[in-house]
Amino acid sequence: MEFQFTQKQIDFRNEVLNFLKTELPSDWPDRMKYWPGGYGSMELNEDPEMVRTAIAFKNKLAEKGWLTISWPKEYGGKQYSYMEQAIYEDLIMYYKAPGMGIATGIAGPSILHFGTEENKKDWIPPIARGEINLWLGYSEPDAGSDLAAMRTTAIEDGDDYIINGQKIWSSAAHLSDYAWLAAKTDPDAKPHKGMSMFIVDNKSPGVTIRPLINILGSHSFNEVFFDNVRVPKRNLIGQKNMGFYYLMLALDFERLMVGIGAFAKMLEELIAYVKTAQRDGRPLSENVQVRQQIAYLATRLEVAYKFFWRTADMLDKGQQPSVEASALKLICTELSRKMADMSMEIMGPYGQLTGPSPWTPIRGMIPKGYLDCISATVGAGSSEIQRNIVAQRGLGLPRK
Amino acid sequence: MDFDLTQEQKILKQSARDFLKKECPPSLLRELKSDEKGYLPRMWKKMAGLGWTGVMIPESFNGIGGDFIELSILLEAMGEVNCPSPFFSTIVLGAMPILLAGNENQKKALLPGIADGNLLTAFALTEPGQYFDPVHIAMEAAPDTDGYVLTGTKLFVENAHVADKIICAARTGGNPGDKNGLTLFIVNGKNPGIRVNRIQTLAHDHQCEVVLDHVRVSGNDVLGPVDGAFEILESIQARAVVAKCAELVGCLQTAFDMSVTYAKERNQFNRPIGSFQAVQHHLANMVLDVDGARFITYQAAWKIARDLPFRKDASMCKAWTGTAARQVTTLAHQIHGAIGFCEEMNLHLYYRKAKAGEVFFGDPAYHLEKVAQALGL
Repeated sequence: MEFQFTQKQIDFRNEVLNFLKTELPSDWPDRMKYWPGGYGSMELNEDPEMVRTAIAFKNKLAEKGWLTISWPKEYGGKQYSYMEQAIYEDLIMYYKAPGMGIATGIAGPSILHFGTEENKKDWIPPIARGEINLWLGYSEPDAGSDLAAMRTTAIEDGDDYIINGQKIWSSAAHLSDYAWLAAKTDPDAKPHKGMSMFIVDNKSPGVTIRPLINILGSHSFNEVFFDNVRVPKRNLIGQKNMGFYYLMLALDFERLMVGIGAFAKMLEELIAYVKTAQRDGRPLSENVQVRQQIAYLATRLEVAYKFFWRTADMLDKGQQPSVEASALKLICTELSRKMADMSMEIMGPYGQLTGPSPWTPIRGMIPKGYLDCISATVGAGSSEIQRNIVAQRGLGLPRK
Repeated sequence: MDFDLTQEQKILKQSARDFLKKECPPSLLRELKSDEKGYLPRMWKKMAGLGWTGVMIPESFNGIGGDFIELSILLEAMGEVNCPSPFFSTIVLGAMPILLAGNENQKKALLPGIADGNLLTAFALTEPGQYFDPVHIAMEAAPDTDGYVLTGTKLFVENAHVADKIICAARTGGNPGDKNGLTLFIVNGKNPGIRVNRIQTLAHDHQCEVVLDHVRVSGNDVLGPVDGAFEILESIQARAVVAKCAELVGCLQTAFDMSVTYAKERNQFNRPIGSFQAVQHHLANMVLDVDGARFITYQAAWKIARDLPFRKDASMCKAWTGTAARQVTTLAHQIHGAIGFCEEMNLHLYYRKAKAGEVFFGDPAYHLEKVAQALGL
């Protein structure tokens, strides 16, 4: 039992910290409106200068090899332990730095694990260099929590597959180059036995991407239509009809992506706010309820961090933390909700202020968070789905 | 970061569980609720034989050494079965204050007896009208030739009725509300000026009202500095809180395990109630509470064992675990339905112990305030 980092991990943490402090503009974290746990903010997209900065920063990460921190060395990765990945993820999220995406975080590791040699040759180098971005093509209008209900098909035709169907909630599809797409290759088989994974070029004829403006007024989501889209067979990832299995195992790769560092940052900002803000002539920090709420959030965050490090610890020990990862996702996203709720309560009428004004606390982050946190407990497996996983897979409770 | 117990720690946990499984059914708490002593001297002797009473006490004082993690492991195992024993009041609230504040003579005089299981202690802090903050202590310790005379009433003193020594906090200076002027005394439990009245409690845990009427204490029995006990009291309190959370972790784990088992076995509408998502989600929420309590408790215990700053951790630990204790045992009852409401069922013993643990040395609100202070608010 040990609740501290090794010297090697401390050194690595300092290295990442120094890198972030040197390479990111100092006002970067303040300009990012990302709410911890939320999926809705896309401020990058709205400011060309930020996009340029983000691209330059990602190039530096690629040079450092940190875009592919988890990958095996023979594919240009760092092959760092999960604990080191967790340390990295924590700091990247604390600074809200552009970091791992779908390509480097999910598609790359999946291809390395399940892909054919041809897949690896085609996709690993450009992904490792940070040259291509992918979007996640899982959800469909009638397949949200029930992913197995998806209807998009990919039918063999000569040297191609022909794809028909619709995806939805496709985050950043309009800013990406390719879809990391799940489709049914055997429509008659049971869903988990008839699904395959593909990489599909956004520019293929028959692909239509339509924006879905989210609750924050941002264009983060899309709906994407596939109308007889031809995909070369070499874009099938791994084996045909093994997609559901790959998809489930790929969840391993995103287990630590819970934005934990952003919670710590937000809590610090909230503490700084209540120390300076006045209510009825007294510092807000003297209010008994405010003190209780801040301490409550700090305590929950401390516990959430324990779940976070525990997940990394298990992965490093070769254990499969499927249930524990669900618990981690659940505690973090519920904290996202709680942090927004309590922050709004603490700010009272000032919590309504969204735009730039001398009266707006914390750059209007709190009301944005109040909107964005809705997505936290809904996206990437709702809280209810996570509870089902904990109960059914973890505790062995029957489904019927 | 390593969330697993070491091999030695695992062995200790397993042997503690094996022993308690044989010696201490969870129902013992109920059977001893009106017992004159409130514990089984035979079992206590065996615990001493296993070295449990010597945990944290150095070998030079007949102890077995050991650190706060090992103490926590034992407490967790006892919590799993609601073990009624003078362990907490004697080891956590007796040996520990003596280790923290005692001089060599006091350690030599008391620790070997505790380690051997022959000396029982109690800890008298809270007074009527007071909650958990030592600054409010009012009991007067008036100077007398080569000693002090203590007069006043203490409440919630666990196991005072069997204690050979009572460690008692009193005021040698200042006024209630002052940090200065507090002093700890080692009082002979059999002193004729002490009247001990058992008070009936929710969790059958043998707490007492202790009335001191002009009790003379020698200057040699002052524990730690005169007028300067506040800091020691805070330190004792923070450690005791973590120790209580370790016991609660065991209590919660059992209440939770019982609920999972019951949800799988109990059929309604021709299916196990555990197949209903309403029940599944209760249990999933309990996983967060129980695991979270375990992590944050052992983190605090680890910090104490490593001599690292731990006050904030202790208060976070108590705030989380105290709340979790209530939530988990409440949901456990909800899942058990009417059968949990029966006297002969053991579940309500955990519900009782959870509540007692929640309020022990500071409820969640009290400790959240301490966390707020530690955060600079």
